[in-house]
Amino acid sequence: MVGIFPLDIADAIIVSLMALGLMGLALQHSPHLITNIIFPLGAIASLALAATGFWALGEPVSHTVLPLGLPGLPLHLSLDPLSAFFLILLGGASFGVSIFSAGYFKSMPGNTLGLLCLEYHLFLASMALVLLADDAYMFMVAWETMALSSYFLVTTDHHVPDIRKAGFLYLLIAHVGAIAILLSFGVMQGGHGIGAYTFAAMREAHLSAFWASVAFLLALFGFGAKAGLLPLHVWLPEAHPAAPSPVSALMSGIMLKTAIYGILRVTFDLLANSLNGQQWWWGVLALALGLITAIFGVMFAAVQGDMKRLLAYSSIENIGLLLVGIGLAIIFHVYGKDTLAALSLTATLYHSLNHAFFKSLLFVGTGSILHATGERNMGRMGGLIHQMPWVAVLMLVGVLSISGLPPFNGFVSEWLLLQAFLLSPGLPNSYINMLIPVAAGVIALAAALAAYVMVKFYGVIFLGQTRGEVREHAHDAGIRERIGLSWLALACVVLGLAPVYVVRQLDLVTQMLVGKGLGNATPGWLFLAPVDMERASYSPVFFLLAVLGVMLVTALVVHYFYHGRLRRGPAWDCGYPEQTSRMQDTAEGFGQPIRRIFEPFFRIESELPDAFDTHPRYHGRSEDRLWYALYLPIKRITEKLSSWASLLQHGRIHLYLTYTFVTLLVLLAFV
Amino acid sequence: MMSTNQALGILLQIYQSLLVVALAPLLTGWVNQCRAWLQNRSGPGVMQPYRTLRKLFHKDAVMAYNASLLFRATPYIRFGCMWLAAAIIPIIAVDLPFSPAADVIALVGVFALARVFIALAAMDIGTAFGTLGARREMLVSFLAEPALLMVFFTASMISHSTQLPRIVEALAQHQFVLYPSLAFAGLAFLIVLLAENARIPVDNPATHLELTMIHEAMILEYSARHLALVEWASSLKLFAYIAIGIALFLPYGIAEVGAMAGNWGSALPLAIIALLVKLILAGAALALLEALLAKMRIFRAPEFLGTAFLLAVLGLLIHFLLGA
Repeated sequence: MVGIFPLDIADAIIVSLMALGLMGLALQHSPHLITNIIFPLGAIASLALAATGFWALGEPVSHTVLPLGLPGLPLHLSLDPLSAFFLILLGGASFGVSIFSAGYFKSMPGNTLGLLCLEYHLFLASMALVLLADDAYMFMVAWETMALSSYFLVTTDHHVPDIRKAGFLYLLIAHVGAIAILLSFGVMQGGHGIGAYTFAAMREAHLSAFWASVAFLLALFGFGAKAGLLPLHVWLPEAHPAAPSPVSALMSGIMLKTAIYGILRVTFDLLANSLNGQQWWWGVLALALGLITAIFGVMFAAVQGDMKRLLAYSSIENIGLLLVGIGLAIIFHVYGKDTLAALSLTATLYHSLNHAFFKSLLFVGTGSILHATGERNMGRMGGLIHQMPWVAVLMLVGVLSISGLPPFNGFVSEWLLLQAFLLSPGLPNSYINMLIPVAAGVIALAAALAAYVMVKFYGVIFLGQTRGEVREHAHDAGIRERIGLSWLALACVVLGLAPVYVVRQLDLVTQMLVGKGLGNATPGWLFLAPVDMERASYSPVFFLLAVLGVMLVTALVVHYFYHGRLRRGPAWDCGYPEQTSRMQDTAEGFGQPIRRIFEPFFRIESELPDAFDTHPRYHGRSEDRLWYALYLPIKRITEKLSSWASLLQHGRIHLYLTYTFVTLLVLLAFV
Repeated sequence: MMSTNQALGILLQIYQSLLVVALAPLLTGWVNQCRAWLQNRSGPGVMQPYRTLRKLFHKDAVMAYNASLLFRATPYIRFGCMWLAAAIIPIIAVDLPFSPAADVIALVGVFALARVFIALAAMDIGTAFGTLGARREMLVSFLAEPALLMVFFTASMISHSTQLPRIVEALAQHQFVLYPSLAFAGLAFLIVLLAENARIPVDNPATHLELTMIHEAMILEYSARHLALVEWASSLKLFAYIAIGIALFLPYGIAEVGAMAGNWGSALPLAIIALLVKLILAGAALALLEALLAKMRIFRAPEFLGTAFLLAVLGLLIHFLLGA
């Protein structure tokens, strides 16, 4: 009897996602059908994908060979615990985003919506295929489909020149990265000829230490370009604000994780044979790059005035944290400390999952705000908690989660990561032993700065007095948007409250990658204790109940023994009579201390008005030095090279005929 | 069936948290009184914070027209967080049943949660002072929080655990051995304590001068019971920080539940007396420090706190290098 494998189901879902996209294109003359039917169906498909991943987590690895592709080069797919975990992430987060989209895109014109629907579902399907691919060919095809479909999604508003520019930058860096990935696969294939392009063959290939390192570096570069690793991060803060908000959510929440998946796949699976004590510097490199990326991202997030750019920089920070986890896992693994490697990997995977949910939540939330106010500049918002209570409450969950505050989910993964650092002494390499405390300090700094950024984000948008005049007609999100937001917020809460259960599932993945699971020192579900109860434990449920209990008791006691009388009046503000909304901090103002403290890292352009100016205008921009120090020189060199090349190119046919003739003569001379 | 130890533990837990909540304003009063004496004033007496709280609870609350629910809920959230912190820290006894729920990293998280809420509440009304206070508070904390975490890391490296009771046990057993790493950590902790509790030289708890205030600027809009809870929570926070300092750097004399099963009649009073003596000394030292130091400009504060952060990282590094 032939049983049905999770992989078959996953294939069917991917095909149906593509079909949904095509149906969307066909239905472009009835846009309400697209938002009422196609997007909800896509959401259900996503949920089914997550369920399939969940099922596959405990099942043996399944493989399949598709009867597609070039002659002699069939396409291979497989579903192992690592793929399954990322499928859960993909399905779970995109379910919320798709439901949100069903409401969000309602007012979009039909022809744009039809195309967008196709690209959107193709994007989801290609991300799923990236996770399932079991050979280099399939992987690259899926990877490129993902890049292209997301490029078209980013440039949905292609009539805006800035958005076209952002899209081009994204496409360019995505392709530079793709070339590196392709080369990395080429190296791993080890010159064994055709047929060795499957992942199974790469696992068997015995590479010398040098070539293994080349493959690793190429993969790190290639996937780093997609993830937004420094210095390949420049596309992120351009492309994320340009894209429609649900697309930003998918890109930031999920697509960046496919790059993390790629790094994990290459390092711990394809290069597993070559990963030994000699390669400790791989881990150090990843760790150092991750730290720099994290600090850089959060520092720039603190000075942004555009809410989506702020979130994009915050994604760079989170990618940095994920890479730190991977680097730490590599270091532990090569020194044979596999339990600790499992702990770091658990933290990494957990944080991937958390980030997928809270970043999607925040990005789609900014979409609702954008619809309500038509504004991306936080300095013109304020007081939205009164007009948009639903969005405000649900985004508060996201903000608390991303700030790494207990009892929400961001805290759990940060806690696990810090535990991994604390358990690190005793590595045989004294340089690493010195690096690790410094690294822990940087992580703590990044986490604290993230709270700064998020207080700014939430406070300036939702709290305070209403700024400007457009806000009168601001309205709360519609019902579908609310459901989508609620789903993502609920996931943040559940992942925060049930870490014991999640860690147990993640054990299946770390078992596969480093051969060890984390286990839990206590049998119950109440206490998370990664190594042993004496070392560390944390119980979010207990935590939440204690705080809530005290709050409730205090409120009751105060109201019972005293009173609950409340009067409303004008704000006190030390008795100053003049209070306008312009006296509050704008996003610029709130970020000013950070700009001042980290001044050398920014390229600051500011223009202060004169004291006697009757129409004073303030203008300030904090820019990325890397753009000027690295990208513009590369651009200049490229332009110079191409201008030299154009010396040969005159567009006159007789000149080209002469070239052909001379070449022929030269070749004849050789023969 | 609960064993005697467990029952005793739960009793002690409840006793400790109630004791701390009741005693916290007294500590604030003591610090204020000491400061008054040092400044050659007669002072309002150590019971003044209780009188203030009583007065505030009786008043009618006044709230700005545009205050949201977040503003109303924050005093309760902050009070709950500080209560939880007071329940986790081993103050009179080590083996409390509540402590596994949150280790030192979670303790830092509790403080962060309370801080984020008070900063958000400060921004809720949308006054110039509120946002100014929130911004400065976050500025101070983004350096103070990692420094605190590093201090805890040093202590947990020594004791191989992030559980506060284990840390205290490990440190209490090594009678008067000076850890070089802990010396750095101790100095960093002192700076963090001053900064996080709105003390001179970073902030001044007695000021309402617009340009210098941080904590006071955030809570300007609170009145009556809300203000009372905020003030009480601040007292609790000061108490918690001093208790952490005592637990990490002067843990001698603390009671262990396991050891107390036989002779808890003598260990517990001894622990309470030891605690009171330490608190009286620490409060007086804090007042002395505040009398001697001058308030620094707000943009000197990051340098001051950066020093704390570097000291704490240095402490951790020294632990890695020397293993002590």
